[in-house]
Amino acid sequence: MKVLGIETSCDETGVAVYDSEHGLLAHALYSQVELHAEYGGVVPELASRDHVRKLLPLIDQCLGESGLTRDAIDGVAYTAGPGLIGALLVGAAAGRSLAMALDIPAIAVHHMEGHLLAPMLEENPPAFPFVALLVSGGHTMLVEVRELGDYTLLGETLDDAAGEAFDKTAKLLGLPYPGGPALARLAERGDAGRFAFPRPMTDRPGLEFSFSGLKTHTRNLWLEHNEDQSARADIAAGFQKAVTETLAIKCRRAMQQTGSGQLIISGGVGANIALREKLTAEGEKHGWNVSYPRLEFCTDNGAMIAFAGCKHLLAGERQDLEISARARWPLDQLVSAPRLA
Amino acid sequence: MRVDESQMCAVAAQLASKITMPFVLYLQGDLGAGKTTFARALLRALGHSGTVKSPTYGLLEFYELPAMSVLHLDLYRIEHPEEIEYLGLDDLFNDNTLMIVEWPEKGAGALPPSDMVIRFTHQGTLRELEFTPPRVP
Repeated sequence: MKVLGIETSCDETGVAVYDSEHGLLAHALYSQVELHAEYGGVVPELASRDHVRKLLPLIDQCLGESGLTRDAIDGVAYTAGPGLIGALLVGAAAGRSLAMALDIPAIAVHHMEGHLLAPMLEENPPAFPFVALLVSGGHTMLVEVRELGDYTLLGETLDDAAGEAFDKTAKLLGLPYPGGPALARLAERGDAGRFAFPRPMTDRPGLEFSFSGLKTHTRNLWLEHNEDQSARADIAAGFQKAVTETLAIKCRRAMQQTGSGQLIISGGVGANIALREKLTAEGEKHGWNVSYPRLEFCTDNGAMIAFAGCKHLLAGERQDLEISARARWPLDQLVSAPRLA
Repeated sequence: MRVDESQMCAVAAQLASKITMPFVLYLQGDLGAGKTTFARALLRALGHSGTVKSPTYGLLEFYELPAMSVLHLDLYRIEHPEEIEYLGLDDLFNDNTLMIVEWPEKGAGALPPSDMVIRFTHQGTLRELEFTPPRVP
């Protein structure tokens, strides 16, 4: 079964074609350069989140790279939520309408489910059941994944997401926003032991996170030491260690609580090398298998939506003709079909 | 006024008891100055018991409370005020809405005018809160 996947829940416009027999055939994220040809050489200045003008050229590009015509597609999967309603509606309207025009089934996919299943696009995919740490600029959550469509939220952030904490801390240290990856590079040269950082929410039971307080802590340290050239890297290193250790402590608790032997990490912060090293070491120590998506599928993309949609379509699920888009959609309400928000 | 975190939450609770909808509140100040903390305390005082996530990445969070709805916006990541058009605010803002806007300066010209502006400034571990119009709730 060949499924076209469409992701437009927030900033990224992503499209992919996944084939249940041959795997991923094509995937593309919007970028000015790639679309140059599709626009006939004139590239308009597109605003962020202007999915309307980005989506159709991307679909054409993905079909072209797959060597498929539209008629060869067996189903369309689109992100129906959660996210920005205006952004979601673009992908939902395009995806649902395309499926209707081609007389093929459509499926509304939960954005988080896409991330949860993303490591299954890789070789040696993890098997159900598992625990997922979803950690990005917009989310930080631990989810118990029993099987396709059976997800329980174990804990999430009470304020800032871990990726947001990285980006804002980077900004406080004078790096351009969003500077999470730049902060991680700076941290490589720093001494993580020089400054003490708290490990928020680890002194009490539970699987919730809070990263907001680390901003203030960093700011105060930087105000005190900004004359000292080595302090910036040392603060970055201390901050990164605090976040990765906090995430590792919560993962350990989630694995103990569920009795699972498989952990998966997804979302943009899943690309952070220090976090991967820390969690891989934890896995070796405690006997868990730890899986990650490839780096480009850590962030929002169409491939994970095509994949999750294909799994649901193969399970016989079909969506009726309505265009589904829902800004808020709790993960544990996945079974019920979303309605227009 | 100069406040610590618990005093700031008390100020938010006082404000919650005095505002009438629709109400547009702009929160200004640097990263980590307390804007989201203040918004969270305001939502708590208005009867919201769940999580109040930072809206920085998602740009907006929407809360349906028994007596009103609350639209919590964070425009930090907006590059051009025209991008606000993509947020679909018209569908979410009505006569019974409290709109809280962080980084309103990024949306100049594309937002409803404010009923109140609070400016947050770091003062060591404390925060200076400056109200416009100049009234302490």
